[in-house]
Amino acid sequence: MKRFSQLIQELELSNKTNDKIAALVSYFTEADDKDKPHVIAMFTGKRPKRPVNTALIKQWAIELSGIPEWLFSESYSSVGDLSETIALVLPPAKNTIEKPLNQWITELAQLNGETDEVKKAYILNAWDSLNTQERFIFNKLISGNFRIGVSNKMLVNAIAKQNEEDSSKIMHSIMGKWLPNEITYKELIAGAHVNTDNSWPYPFCLAYALETEPENLGETNAWQAEWKWDGIRGQIVKRNGELFIWSRGEELVTDQFPELHFLKEELPDGSVLDGEILSVKDGNVQSFSILQQRLNRKTINKSQLNDAPIGFFTYDILEFDAKDIRQEPLLKRRLILVDVIKKLQTKNIVLLSPVIEFDSWEKLAELRKTSREINSEGIMLKKLDSVFHTGRKRGDWWKWKINPYTIDTVMIYAQKGSGRRANFYTDYTFAVRDGEQLITIAKAYSGLTDKEIKEVNSFVNKNAIEKFGPVRTVKPELVFEIAFEGIAESKRHKAGLALRFPRIARWRKDKKADEINTLDDLRQLLYSTL
Amino acid sequence: MSLIEFTNRGIYCKQGNFYIDPWHPVDFAVTTHGHADHVKWGNKNYLCHELTKPILKQRYGLENNVQTLPYHKEININGIKLSLFPAGHVIGSSQIRLEYKGEICVVSGDYKVEYDGISTAFEPVKCHTFVSESTFGLPIYTWEQQELIFGQIKNWVKDNNHKGKTSILVAYSLGKAQRLIKNLAGEYPIYVHNSIANLNEGFAEVGIELPETIRITSEIKKDELQKGIVIIPPALADGRWVKSLQQPAIGVCSGWMAVRAGRRWRSADAGFALSDHADWPGLLSAIKATEAEKVFVTHGSTAVFSKYLNEIGINSEEVLTKYGAEDDEIIGEANENPLKEESK
Repeated sequence: MKRFSQLIQELELSNKTNDKIAALVSYFTEADDKDKPHVIAMFTGKRPKRPVNTALIKQWAIELSGIPEWLFSESYSSVGDLSETIALVLPPAKNTIEKPLNQWITELAQLNGETDEVKKAYILNAWDSLNTQERFIFNKLISGNFRIGVSNKMLVNAIAKQNEEDSSKIMHSIMGKWLPNEITYKELIAGAHVNTDNSWPYPFCLAYALETEPENLGETNAWQAEWKWDGIRGQIVKRNGELFIWSRGEELVTDQFPELHFLKEELPDGSVLDGEILSVKDGNVQSFSILQQRLNRKTINKSQLNDAPIGFFTYDILEFDAKDIRQEPLLKRRLILVDVIKKLQTKNIVLLSPVIEFDSWEKLAELRKTSREINSEGIMLKKLDSVFHTGRKRGDWWKWKINPYTIDTVMIYAQKGSGRRANFYTDYTFAVRDGEQLITIAKAYSGLTDKEIKEVNSFVNKNAIEKFGPVRTVKPELVFEIAFEGIAESKRHKAGLALRFPRIARWRKDKKADEINTLDDLRQLLYSTL
Repeated sequence: MSLIEFTNRGIYCKQGNFYIDPWHPVDFAVTTHGHADHVKWGNKNYLCHELTKPILKQRYGLENNVQTLPYHKEININGIKLSLFPAGHVIGSSQIRLEYKGEICVVSGDYKVEYDGISTAFEPVKCHTFVSESTFGLPIYTWEQQELIFGQIKNWVKDNNHKGKTSILVAYSLGKAQRLIKNLAGEYPIYVHNSIANLNEGFAEVGIELPETIRITSEIKKDELQKGIVIIPPALADGRWVKSLQQPAIGVCSGWMAVRAGRRWRSADAGFALSDHADWPGLLSAIKATEAEKVFVTHGSTAVFSKYLNEIGINSEEVLTKYGAEDDEIIGEANENPLKEESK
């Protein structure tokens, strides 16, 4: 387990992608071949059944360390990670054991179905034989959940580099169905269990943000305008009877969206569509927060299928009749796309992303202001004669997003973050004024620099009312500008309304708490958007 | 009547009419040790341990109005018997023992229980009232023996050296820096920042012998630094000078490095949990050894620690002080005096 422990330390100490990839490459070069498929399974979230539940693990750790439960909780809120907290509070180990990673994983899996006494004896014995870092890893093996900033894409790139293989081939291979103790690393790399010839996607063509007035783009009739959707960019690949859905992060997400599986029957072989995965109900695009319920889930229940049904708004076709047509002009690709979509028998799930009719930039600017009404975040401008570029290229595609709304609020609660931010108050609750009272309007955590977080942190430490537990009430003094995408009535919130995607735009050190916005300001905004 | 009271200027002994580590200027200040959160400029008179005197001189320009005492020697101030006992925190750090009519109170300042090879080893002192810090007052903090940590640091330096990286250790100029110098000397030349070199000169004058180090100047070539160990205070860790070195690898030496979030927050290349404060078992053993009837907890995890002490039957109370002001910052174990000279 030593080599794996070293890998984890290396991955945690750097936030540079190149360093992480280098650490992974050297791990996959040096480690025991039997361990490698387990590591890949773990990092891609292929979790084995949990052998012991969290409550028991925690209870045994408290028992063994001899501290009261409240003190364990205080420790946990300072550490921000349960596996690590347990590793730190346990008394020092009296023995040492060195076993390969795959043996630990296999032994843990064998605990399934054993009695609690057997499980406890095994776990306590392991804790008493491992050092702090090894204990932490062992606890993570029990939960099977390693979140250490390694995306599927990064892992795949590292494996591809180590084996001088094509990364989309590796991606398909590791996203396929396999079990870590039934496959060798070599077989996994070769993709013996899948047919990688069918799945490969094209690189996405990306747009830059429009930073000038659209008038500078020239004549309107050289451009196609579409709504810019706020979903997951996706590529749908259908070849030789197999269907693959790739996300923008070049991850395979086919299993997450069963609504789109009909394309396996209906989309002609040798087709690749580009578009946006959205939640679409009764023909209307729903907000991203609704779509979010459907993302990164291993299983999907009925109510999720019902509340957040998936649709695909397609705007380009990259392969048709098994031919790469990316060099054809957009105008021509669009005609082919219209024809392909028209022929689908299942209607209203895969839809053409509409083209916006306009004859002047002023008119388009007016239309852009209505973006929010249809849950769009602005307009895409694409040159009619443009090819489908590889990656980001200036000139042919532009995104012309709407500006977010902003309000000034005051911070009233702070909570410690988790992971990297565990020792700091990083999650804040903001309020606006309602007469003499302050009323909670949003919670947000992103958008401040590390330096600002430290500053806020020391303010919270000095001005907190509570001393125990995770939440601190603070003196309403710090003013923050909150940006958000929309506003809606809400019965669940005390304010009677809810903001969409609130985030900290900036810290208004120039403003005092009595200068913040009022609930009435927000109500007016709500009525004006209804 | 209690021997001490907590006022808005600091810890006050009414009978003796003096303050211990006051944060506002007073007539007579008894100083536990030389870190900036315990020494304020502008008191009329200072009393401290002999080895704290060169620190007050180097860092704060205090000399003529500083009186000193060796450890264990008792003096009488308005009927109060006052003596100093080693606190093991940094060179010269002292617990202040006060006795009046058989009533004994000990103010610890900052302390650690493990002997670090350079600061006089901590001695528990029996008393009725004990004033303790609690910087690392959570059961997640248990230090490894310093030999193990120095072993890790040496391996790290060796590996950097081999890979053409420059090893930069981030440590407080007073305390941690001397501890590193003492324990790492031998294999590689040690280069130190001005603020550390100045203090070391002060220590040499009072007879504290430290292994040889080289003051960093603009004449020293970068590839020489790459072959040695560079020690700098935290204020410089994110600076331009560090980035200008050959493949800088930064190792932060601080108790906060015991937790992963602390290591990642600093985005250091390595974190070594080497602390000059007592860990959880250290705090508990020190407090039990005093047999105190009442324990005041001044800074760190005050609320949690004093609640726990009460639960295990030790009468305790938390006190609001201005010590450890930097301790909620992940890098800070004590305040650093802003550097007069920036190294180039």
